[in-house]
Amino acid sequence: MKPALVIAAHGSHLNAESSTPTFTHADTIRATGAFSEVRESFWKEEPAFREGLRTVDADEVYLVPLFVSEGYFTEQVIPREFRLDGWDPELWDSDGTSATHATLTATDTDQTVHYCGPVGTHDSMSDVIVQRAKSVTGDADVGEDFGLAVVGHGTERNENSAKAIEYHADRIREMGRFDEVQALFMDEDPEVDDVTDFFEVEDIVVVPLFIADGYHTQEDIPEDMGLCEDYRDGYDVPTAVDGHDIWYAGAVGTEPLMADVVLERAADAGADVSGAIDQVRDRTRGVDPATGD
Amino acid sequence: MDDTRVAAFADAAADGVDFDGIEAQVEGDSYTLSTADGTTAEGAVADLADVDAAVERYVTNWYFWHATAPQAEPRWAFLRWLEGADELSVPERYDRLDDGVTTTWGELAITAELSADGERVYDLRHESDTGVDPADLDRSDDPVAARDLAKHDDRDRYRPLKTAPTLRSGWVFPALDAGELVEAVHSFYPATVQNWHRERTGELDVTHWHETTQRQTGIYGVVKTWDRGEGYEHVNWVAEACCDDSQCLKRREWEYDEETDLDVDGGDGEFPCREPCSVVITAARQWTKMESEQSRTYEFELTPSEKEQVEEIVDAVAEGRVDDIREADIYDGANRYRARFLRAKLFDDDGDLDGVPTESEE
Repeated sequence: MKPALVIAAHGSHLNAESSTPTFTHADTIRATGAFSEVRESFWKEEPAFREGLRTVDADEVYLVPLFVSEGYFTEQVIPREFRLDGWDPELWDSDGTSATHATLTATDTDQTVHYCGPVGTHDSMSDVIVQRAKSVTGDADVGEDFGLAVVGHGTERNENSAKAIEYHADRIREMGRFDEVQALFMDEDPEVDDVTDFFEVEDIVVVPLFIADGYHTQEDIPEDMGLCEDYRDGYDVPTAVDGHDIWYAGAVGTEPLMADVVLERAADAGADVSGAIDQVRDRTRGVDPATGD
Repeated sequence: MDDTRVAAFADAAADGVDFDGIEAQVEGDSYTLSTADGTTAEGAVADLADVDAAVERYVTNWYFWHATAPQAEPRWAFLRWLEGADELSVPERYDRLDDGVTTTWGELAITAELSADGERVYDLRHESDTGVDPADLDRSDDPVAARDLAKHDDRDRYRPLKTAPTLRSGWVFPALDAGELVEAVHSFYPATVQNWHRERTGELDVTHWHETTQRQTGIYGVVKTWDRGEGYEHVNWVAEACCDDSQCLKRREWEYDEETDLDVDGGDGEFPCREPCSVVITAARQWTKMESEQSRTYEFELTPSEKEQVEEIVDAVAEGRVDDIREADIYDGANRYRARFLRAKLFDDDGDLDGVPTESEE
């Protein structure tokens, strides 16, 4: 039997849309037929992490966390709740953004579990951020005369949270595609509130490195940046702020190309999914050509 | 009987078939078979397609369970349970399946019916829609649609707990195959089939309250402090608040710990709950923080009717009865006008009952 894929995501007790990207990306991957089964599992919804593995029949499972950074969830909560026997963060041998995978046995199901690093720190996530910039501007060539702000939550409690954001900002800066690239944060400096202070160019694409749209990406960040007084009033894309045009993209995790990152994680852990990766890229990459005319 | 079924059955019979009341053997080009109701037959494998109708039922039944139904044990067992396969013979089952056999699973009603070729077709709908003409319900054919149906209740409120008894009605999946049915059931009630099966086979892994709370870390780590060796009365309150049939259709199998049962009934659900869920733990975190406060004595002036009214308001909210109270039913203490009158009379500008501040002024 082919191995199964289980995607581990946060979910929410309060917000119905929190789990939507997880289901959408799982559907995309399911359609490739690369795995015997593709299942979603959640910290706050059902099936719970504790029961995620028993809902798939395969003896071998690729477990991919749909989380932004290495830290509390990927190092403590997920291995504990999925009962990955013998887990130790050292197995990932990571500097905070370089986890690939570790192979373990789940004690309640005896399945072999290839526990992968989070999607947020995978190299191909940089491509998704760029894709998000393309999607929001409707311009497949976006970059010249544009600045890009990659926005993270940031927290004093976990330095890896900021590392993931800076990692992708650095990588995209090195691509030379955008005139300027900045890593900005909600809860630490440099803050997204002052986004226009950090850019010389007029047009700025703002891409929050969040998995799902919710309170932060739909309420906090737009208000903090001055796109609107009250998020309920809505805002334009782009919105003029302090002499700049802000192209606000919303959560990068809602970008269809995210399904590719999940597959890349599984591929790095040994899954035979090269055909599926090609299919998913074909389906999810690239702006609708009509917008380029 | 079609060639696919005959060929598959003959292949299997080369190693001997003994399933659901049919025994069959193929040697070379010949077969022999016998059924539980006493029919025997033998002949050339090439003529196996011509067995009489009574035997054909056993053969198509074998084919369904070996070639069509999902071969994963929990799902297979669930599908067999739906048609009473452990208790009824094939002829008895086929007679019932001809008319459709309906079983409830939480708020779901699942009707298994026989198709012309001995396959099963399943009708899935809300139990309150049992007997309704499918034409009067919203039809779905893709089990993925179950995911969206399960997300919001009839009033479009988000349902964070999939097994809350608030599943919306008015929809039907009239013709799912076996694999699609279990997928749809999973979308409505994730992991219930697997845990139900584990329970039936004596392998349900129950994690009790004490063990679950001790595992918590991060912002939930605080619930550990609620276990202070002072008995388990507080866990009774949690179970009464969250795990009642009126709030969740799972049957609570977890207790305080392995030796200490809770005093509160676990409910009557078909599928077991094997440990406190994330909703319970999140609520317990809030109660842990609230229960860490010391009680103090407040002095209020209330008329007897006002005291009763406060009790009625709490009860109405706890039972989810608020929206059922009629606009002008001023005889109900939890009526909105009654509550507004109480607030107008007894709350001061700071919202303090009877003008008594929550925090003492010393």
